[in-house]
Amino acid sequence: MNAGPMRAGSRLERVLRSGRFAVTAELDAPDSADPNDVYQNALVLAEVCDAINATDGAGANCHMSSMGCCALLVRAGYEAILQVGCRDRNRIAIQGDLLGAAAMGVKNVLCLTGDDVSAGDQPEAKRVFDLDSIQLLQVARMMRDQGVLLSGRKLRTPPKFFLGAVENPFAPPLDWRPLRLEKKVRAGAEFIQTQYCFDVPRLQQFMRRVRDLGLHERVYILVGVGPLRSHKAAEFMRDRVPGVWIPDEVIQRMAKTPKAQQAEEGKRICVEIIQQVREIEGVAGVHVMAYRQEEAVAEVIQRAGLLPRQPRLPRFAIPSDEGQGLQRSPQDARQEVAQLSALASEPASANASVQNGRL
Amino acid sequence: MVARMKEARRMPGAEWLKNHPRWLERIYLWTKRFVVRAYPLMKRINPRFANWLMVRSEEALKGWAFNCQMCGQCILHSTGMTCPMNCPKNLRNGPCGGVRPNGHCEVIPDMPCVWVQAWERSRSMLIFADEIKVIQPPVNRTLQGASAWVTMIEGHDVQTPHGWAMAARQEVER
Repeated sequence: MNAGPMRAGSRLERVLRSGRFAVTAELDAPDSADPNDVYQNALVLAEVCDAINATDGAGANCHMSSMGCCALLVRAGYEAILQVGCRDRNRIAIQGDLLGAAAMGVKNVLCLTGDDVSAGDQPEAKRVFDLDSIQLLQVARMMRDQGVLLSGRKLRTPPKFFLGAVENPFAPPLDWRPLRLEKKVRAGAEFIQTQYCFDVPRLQQFMRRVRDLGLHERVYILVGVGPLRSHKAAEFMRDRVPGVWIPDEVIQRMAKTPKAQQAEEGKRICVEIIQQVREIEGVAGVHVMAYRQEEAVAEVIQRAGLLPRQPRLPRFAIPSDEGQGLQRSPQDARQEVAQLSALASEPASANASVQNGRL
Repeated sequence: MVARMKEARRMPGAEWLKNHPRWLERIYLWTKRFVVRAYPLMKRINPRFANWLMVRSEEALKGWAFNCQMCGQCILHSTGMTCPMNCPKNLRNGPCGGVRPNGHCEVIPDMPCVWVQAWERSRSMLIFADEIKVIQPPVNRTLQGASAWVTMIEGHDVQTPHGWAMAARQEVER
């Protein structure tokens, strides 16, 4: 599927193009200025997924910027997906950020509108929304393919991006969502990550329409999934997190479970959903999200039978063969975190060694 | 108590009018035919007055009917006769992912999502139904406050940034 040249040659792009079922995961950007906090979270995720999303002020709450997280992730050789939202920056800032990200080695960009400021803990802030997500996609594609800025000014070296977008198949107007996806593909989307899926029949309906439009052959669709932590968390997500649709059956199933086993039940539901989603034609992978529960993400991916993933490799290497999961002891892991954070706190000149393949 | 947002303002009768998009697209075509002829004449007599009249009448009429935000680059006929600048996120290309299950806005819970309404209304239109699929260029913020009729006649509303035009050409060639 998906004709056309390799866009950025990112690991995610290679995995998707090879036809293997891809797994991406979401990194919770820390409320911290310590690179260690990013690496602690990333370490758990990197072993179980093909690429790590760095969120851009998720839920309109302030965290470490997507750019900062991606810089740290790329420095350590992890595959990062830069999330770019339209809420906080105008077109000038966004284009500048895209250039900066490309210069740092970020190859995957996810373009989205972003939650409104009223969803977060600083609702007094000014909302920007200078571009919308589809315009942002086209701007990013324009920078890559035409090699110009929006003004028409030429870029000396255009960025190389594998472009992504988001879609919510579970929010109204349901019959328009597939057509909106088509619009995003026309604007330049090459992969799609969806909102949390808790309602597989609705997703199947959406995918049927997507296949009718032939979109599954033009774009890689990764379905968003995630374990619910508890009945209370499920209700909170349904009522307070914009765009999340959880059917009553799932809520009831969580409610019926004793409190101590609710987390386990949440993981079980998630694994079941992954297995059902895998069967749908046109689904190219899953995107696993779980706020502040990286261990649960790893467990869910493992139990859904999606391991081993490709081991983390130096950036220049091409992942070729499957089945070489990186086996690492906790000591090794701790050592690596220490090493990485030491590197991060060194001055810039010392980091040249990273470029030369010390890591 | 949160102040009611400007985007949520709906004048009496306006919703009823917008629920008849077939009439509105006719009215749009007639008005267009009239304004395109009348404005240059008025401009020859008194350019400042002509512009003033256009801005004021647009503010009053479209303000009442569509809660017009005077972006100066009207795409009402492409969006089911529902003003996309009423979307608190100013989206011009379709709904965000935060639409509530009852079809209401993520930001203003008691307002129906502009894009849910736009989609439904565009389905019953005869002439411009499929224009909702067009990718709309970024908003030209310098036209804020101008009359959309005037910018249309003078061609400012279709002027896109140079880079955008290049990308759009590539899309057509595909």
